[in-house]
Amino acid sequence: MLYSPAPLHIPDGFLSLVISIICWVITVLTLSIAISRTNESLGEKQVPLMGIMAAFTFAAQMINFPVAGGTSGHLLGGALAAIVLGPWAGMLVMTAVIAVQALLIQDGGLLVMGANILNMGLITAAIGYGLYRGVLGGSRSTKLAVAGVAAWLSVMAGALATALQLWLSGTSNLQTVVLAMLGVHAVIGIGEALITVAALGFILRTRPDLLGEGSASAGGGRGWVVAGVLISLIVVFLSPFASASPDGLERVAENLGFLDRAQPAPYEIIPDYTVPFLGETALSTIVAGVIGLIVVGIIVVLLGQRMKAKS
Amino acid sequence: MHSDAFDRYHHGHSPIHSLDPRVKVLVTLAFIISNALLPDGAWIAFALAWLFILVANIFSQLGIGFTFRRSFIALPFALAAITVLFSIPGQPVSSFHFLMWNFTITDAGLLRFVSIVVRSWLSVQMAILLVATTEFPKIVHALNHLRVPTIITVIISFLYRYLFVLVDEVLRLLRARQARSAALAVAAAGKSTGGNVMWRARIAGHMAGQLFLRSYERSDRIYNAMLSRGYKGELMTIHPHHFHASDRWIGAASIFGFIIMQIAGRL
Repeated sequence: MLYSPAPLHIPDGFLSLVISIICWVITVLTLSIAISRTNESLGEKQVPLMGIMAAFTFAAQMINFPVAGGTSGHLLGGALAAIVLGPWAGMLVMTAVIAVQALLIQDGGLLVMGANILNMGLITAAIGYGLYRGVLGGSRSTKLAVAGVAAWLSVMAGALATALQLWLSGTSNLQTVVLAMLGVHAVIGIGEALITVAALGFILRTRPDLLGEGSASAGGGRGWVVAGVLISLIVVFLSPFASASPDGLERVAENLGFLDRAQPAPYEIIPDYTVPFLGETALSTIVAGVIGLIVVGIIVVLLGQRMKAKS
Repeated sequence: MHSDAFDRYHHGHSPIHSLDPRVKVLVTLAFIISNALLPDGAWIAFALAWLFILVANIFSQLGIGFTFRRSFIALPFALAAITVLFSIPGQPVSSFHFLMWNFTITDAGLLRFVSIVVRSWLSVQMAILLVATTEFPKIVHALNHLRVPTIITVIISFLYRYLFVLVDEVLRLLRARQARSAALAVAAAGKSTGGNVMWRARIAGHMAGQLFLRSYERSDRIYNAMLSRGYKGELMTIHPHHFHASDRWIGAASIFGFIIMQIAGRL
């Protein structure tokens, strides 16, 4: 089949029961708000629409483009779904997609489904929609550029959350898993950003009414901007911190009772590890993270304008 | 494409097939939770869990090795756990030199790694058996009975119903692209025909946008068609579930088996 599993779907057995349950609680609480909000705002006509949109998200993950050497980029879709359908509906749609992937083709586990929904459905939708909502009144190129950054960040946030859950479950070493997950997804996220921007640009050109005033896309409150920016900031500040100086995070987790054993961190895997372009203090690593974000932002803005100029 | 293109369901009339879907879903979940609760290195309990799966395989008449053959799909994710081999303190088992780093595998790390992989491998087999012996709509129906909110099960039902239709649409889009553009340069002619990566990404994005609009418009037609047949906002079934005494007994026996596993794992 064309369907290629994304490395964010955690199978059963890789998260501890405690972490699985905590993620389920967060997911269920968020989804119950989402359900009551969508029930208020949607007519019965919207339910088939959301079903078809879930099938669309699933099918759209098969659209890939060749990059090089047999690898290809494709879509995860959390940010795009939230931008087009509105945040709550986007979350429900992503939940259905992840549930079917787990139940139908065993891509992702059942007990850990709460974590998978949280990482790939809820966080991605909040960032994707939150940042986009902030520039809703802006020009076309601003909207597309922000959507691109939001799509990239949403993938990074999902990867970071996955890495942290694996670490808290005692499945992975913090520094390694954060670096590996963020490294891989920094690249995957660029594909996500490019496809999201091009898809949105296409919809803006052909059916602007679907994204304009009074549409589901414009329906979310201003609170989403705060939520989106907040989660983005957490990603930007926590990722360099977790990968460069993991001791602090480990102490916090230990105090909270997540890590039962004190890890003296015999990092024989990478002795004297320093990322060349990151400094050694927490402050400089955070600065490096912010600079990285700005660079990606500029790249996406430039790419967006090039796309606009060509089309 | 046929409507069951994505299904892993194997038709049959075995005792497992005819078990109530609610019992099957609950037993599967209980089995996975039981695995998560077993401590590291509980080999007897892991063996009992595998025995449980083998017995269920035999009763399902799919063959004793059925789930085993398909159980390796979650294996690539084991990469995520590989770091515990080196990072948990313990007696060194073996060490090797790779490029500029020294790797030392500890006994505690090895125990943890193997336990994680075994837990995952057992859990995946149970999920495979569930979908192989239960039609997907019945699983969704069972979820509905198990208090999963209606809006989510209805979205899942629609997703399942129209997935293959939209996948057909994707295949048409991909075929059209392959016929006209955006393929990677093939060695045959030796010249580049597919544009650069940026251009290909933009085309893929346009296709996603195109698919979105086609799906959107299709949902309008679907809704109108459903209205015309009396849709009132909820899905109905002509296959109500009947709970038999045997369902109850098999469910209770399974849970009892899981408790035995937990005790065996802690001896």
